[in-house]
Order: sequence, then structure tokens, then C-alpha cells
Amino acid sequence: MEKLINDFSFGLFFWQILLFVLLLLLLRRFAWKPILNAVNEREDGIKNALAAAEEAKKEMQNVTADSEKLLKEARAERETLLKEAREIKEKMIADSKEQARLEGDKMLKQAQAAIESEKKAAVAEMKAQVATLSVDIAEKVIKEQLSDKDKQLKLVEDMLGDIKLS
Amino acid sequence: MHKTYLVKTLLAGFLLISGFLAAQEVEHHDEASHEGSEAALEEEIKEDIDHHIQDSHSFTFFSDTETGKHYGFPLPVILWDNGLQVFSSSKFHHGETVAEHNGNYYKLYHSKVYKTDAEGTINYDDDHHATNEKPLDFSITKNVLMMFVTGLLMFLLFAGLAKSFGKGPIAKGVGRFFEPIVLYIRDDIARPNIGPKYKRFMPYLLTVFFFIWFLNLFGLTPLGVNVTGNIAVTFALALITFVITQFSGNKNYWKHIFWMPGVPTPMKFVLAPIELLGVFIKPFALMIRLYANIMAGHVVLMSIIALVFTVQNWIGGGLSLVLAFFLSIIELLVAALQAYIFTLLSALYFGFAVEEHDEHH
Repeated sequence: MEKLINDFSFGLFFWQILLFVLLLLLLRRFAWKPILNAVNEREDGIKNALAAAEEAKKEMQNVTADSEKLLKEARAERETLLKEAREIKEKMIADSKEQARLEGDKMLKQAQAAIESEKKAAVAEMKAQVATLSVDIAEKVIKEQLSDKDKQLKLVEDMLGDIKLS
Repeated sequence: MHKTYLVKTLLAGFLLISGFLAAQEVEHHDEASHEGSEAALEEEIKEDIDHHIQDSHSFTFFSDTETGKHYGFPLPVILWDNGLQVFSSSKFHHGETVAEHNGNYYKLYHSKVYKTDAEGTINYDDDHHATNEKPLDFSITKNVLMMFVTGLLMFLLFAGLAKSFGKGPIAKGVGRFFEPIVLYIRDDIARPNIGPKYKRFMPYLLTVFFFIWFLNLFGLTPLGVNVTGNIAVTFALALITFVITQFSGNKNYWKHIFWMPGVPTPMKFVLAPIELLGVFIKPFALMIRLYANIMAGHVVLMSIIALVFTVQNWIGGGLSLVLAFFLSIIELLVAALQAYIFTLLSALYFGFAVEEHDEHH
């Protein structure tokens, strides 16, 4: 301790205080303030830039989400459109089938009706012809048979026998 | 340290001496002279270390002990002795002669200036202390010069850094290397320890950190300066921390010293003197810590290097050189560490002084 006190140099102490305070004031004015301000400014800048980047990222996400939504909507629309088209197609097919069926039925009926009427006409004609033929045949037969008196009588008799009085 | 320069001169000297001694015919004569030179060597080493640790009135890079020549340059001596007395330290001839200036005679004794008579008589008391009158010595000594150099270096460096910041957000040049350190002091020393009011202490913390660190590093160069290992320097630095702390102290700080809240009243009376003592002990510890660490580092390092000459064999000498090398690396770490601790503790004390809330006891 005694050596310490003995070693203590007042001059050195004086210069140290003087120099240090001077250095402190000079550096504060010309170095530390500008440096710290610049660093703070830079940090603020970085902070702002980061915030802006974050904002941009969010916006980007929003845009992506939007486009995705649009895409989804478009897809859904396409789907519905396709579905509708399919339905229309099916309906059209079904409709035309139905129509064809109906038409066919109608034609068939018409044909049947025509056939029926033709048939009727043919039958009627046939009947008429048969009647004529049978009358002719009967005329001839009768002419043949009536050439003989007996036979004529017999026939009358037979015929009378056939008619049952009811 | 000028020890490394001394190494070469001494090594050459030893080779010469041992070669000369080996050629001697009488063996015991050789032994005796060898032992004598060894004792002289030890004395010289001790003197050299003492000399290195102390401040000096001239800047000596190295000395040739054989011719008694000193290589360096003199520094101005400024004394307050019935008026300002300014003269060159070359007049002292490294303490060998009495310097005469304006009819007054001064002599260097243990690196201190004493007023003497024309013959340079130094009177001693019973404890072998000089009793001569000591004029107030404001000389630009080696340490003062190094402080000037460091201050200039710091100013150029950091004004340059500030200037490069003026041109854009990214610093350029040498100052750029120190920018992370500036940020470190702000973010890891000032902010956590002082709190929101850290800004007004930043200039002091930055200045004191770089000042101590640079001077510590200068102490490790072969220039042979030991500024931060000088009690006057560390006392001045600790005093500034002390003054700033006391002048920044708010109501809360003084209340914690004189009327500790949250303890029973009798305890307040007991705590007040202890706390008051603590106010002075804190900067005192700062002063002693820095001084002792740097001083001890220099002494140990120089002693290890000096071992090369006292051991005088290849194995021991080599080992002590290796040891000195690793110690130098540790000293580099200590240089930064002590600057860091001084700054950190200063910040901590400022933090106590400006603390607002009452939770802390």
C-alpha cells in the first residue's frame, strides 16, 4: 500500500483526467453520436424493411389465396357446366328416344290400323267373292240338281229339315 | 516490451562471455566470475522489470548495458517549482546526472524527480526513503505520451467510422472492425445493466472500453509501456466512473444508501454506513482490479522471459519461451477482459444510480 501511494504520480493522474475528459468530449461529439445514430437509423431501416417484407409476404399469401379461390371457383364452374351439359345430353337422348318411341308407336299403330283396314277390306272382298262363288256354285249345283224332279223335292225336304222352328 | 530487444543484446553478450570464460585456464576462477555475473544478471533483471512497470521521463526502446547506451528519445519535463519549469529529459541522462534548469537542480531517483543541490545529493530517512523536496511533476512521461497516442488513434479510428457511416448505412474502412464491438457494448453491456436510460452513458462506456483495451494492447507490444498498470491512471478512470455515478444518482439511489426501504428501522441505521462505504469501495475495487491485473500480467510475463537468461540452458530456456508465448496469448485475452470488466461494472454502477423502480433491495 505504501509502495502504491509512493508510486502514485500526480502528474500522470492530472494528464489522465485531462486527456480522458477531452477525448470523451471529442469522441462524443465527432464519433459516438454519429456512429450510434447511424447504427440506430440502420437498425430502424432493417426493422422497417423486415416489416415491409412481412407485409409483402402476407399480401403475396393473400394473392395466392385469392387466385386459388378463383381457380377453385372456376373448377367448380367447369364441373357444374360439364354436369349440366351431361344432363342436357342425357335428357336430349332420353327425349329423342322417347320421341322416337312415340313416333314408332304411332307409326306402328297407323300401320296396324292400315293393316286392319286392309284386312277388313280384303276379308270383305273375299267374303263377297266367296259369296258370289258360292252363289255361282250353288246356282250351278242347283241347276244340276234341279234337273231332276226328285232331287228337287229331296232338297227342299232336307232344307226344311234343317230349319228348326224355334 | 523492450525485453524482447534486450533478449538479443543479452543473448549475444552471454555467448560472448561464456565463450570467453570457457577459454579461461583456471577452472575455479571461471566459476566465481560466472556466479558473480549471475547475481548481477538477477539484479539487472529485477531492475529492468521494476523499471518497465514504472513510468519514465524518456522513451527508451532498449538499453545496451555493456556500453550504457539507451536507444530512444527524451520527453519534455514539466515541473511546477516556483513557476513552470520546462526542459528536456535528456538533461537527466537517464537518472545518471543532475539536471540544471533556471538555477534549480533536479535529479531522478526511482523515476521520480527530486530537487537537489548542485551535486545531486539525495537525503534518506530511516526507511531509506528520499526526503528531498519533490516538485509537482506534470511531465509528458512515456505513459502520458502513450495516452496521447491512444487518444489520437481512437479519435482517428472512430471519427473515421462515423464519417464512413455518414456516407451510407454500411461502414467501410478500419473502423468497421470495431463496429460490432460498439454494438456489443451497447446491446450487452449498457442496455441490460443500465436500462432505458443507457443512451447518455454510452459515450463514456465506449470511450473507457476502447481506451483501456488499446492501452492494454499497447502494453503487450515491445514498446514497453505499462499505462493501465499504473495506479494513477486506474485511479483517474475509477474516479470518473465514481463522479458520473454520484452525479447521475436519483432519489431512489440515495434512498437505498441512506434509508434502505423495506427493512426494519434499526436495520436502516446499520445499513446506511455500510452502503455509504460501498459507494467508495466499488470504484476502489475497479481501480485495484485493473491495476493489479495488468501489473501482474506484465511482471509475470517479463519474469518468464527473464527465466531464459537465469536458467541458461536450451531446454529450460525453450520451455520458458513457450510458456511466455502462451502467457502472451492469455495476456491478450486479459487485455480485452479487463477492459470489458471495467466497462461492465461501470455500467452496472450507473444502472444502480438511475434505477427507478423499488423492487430491488
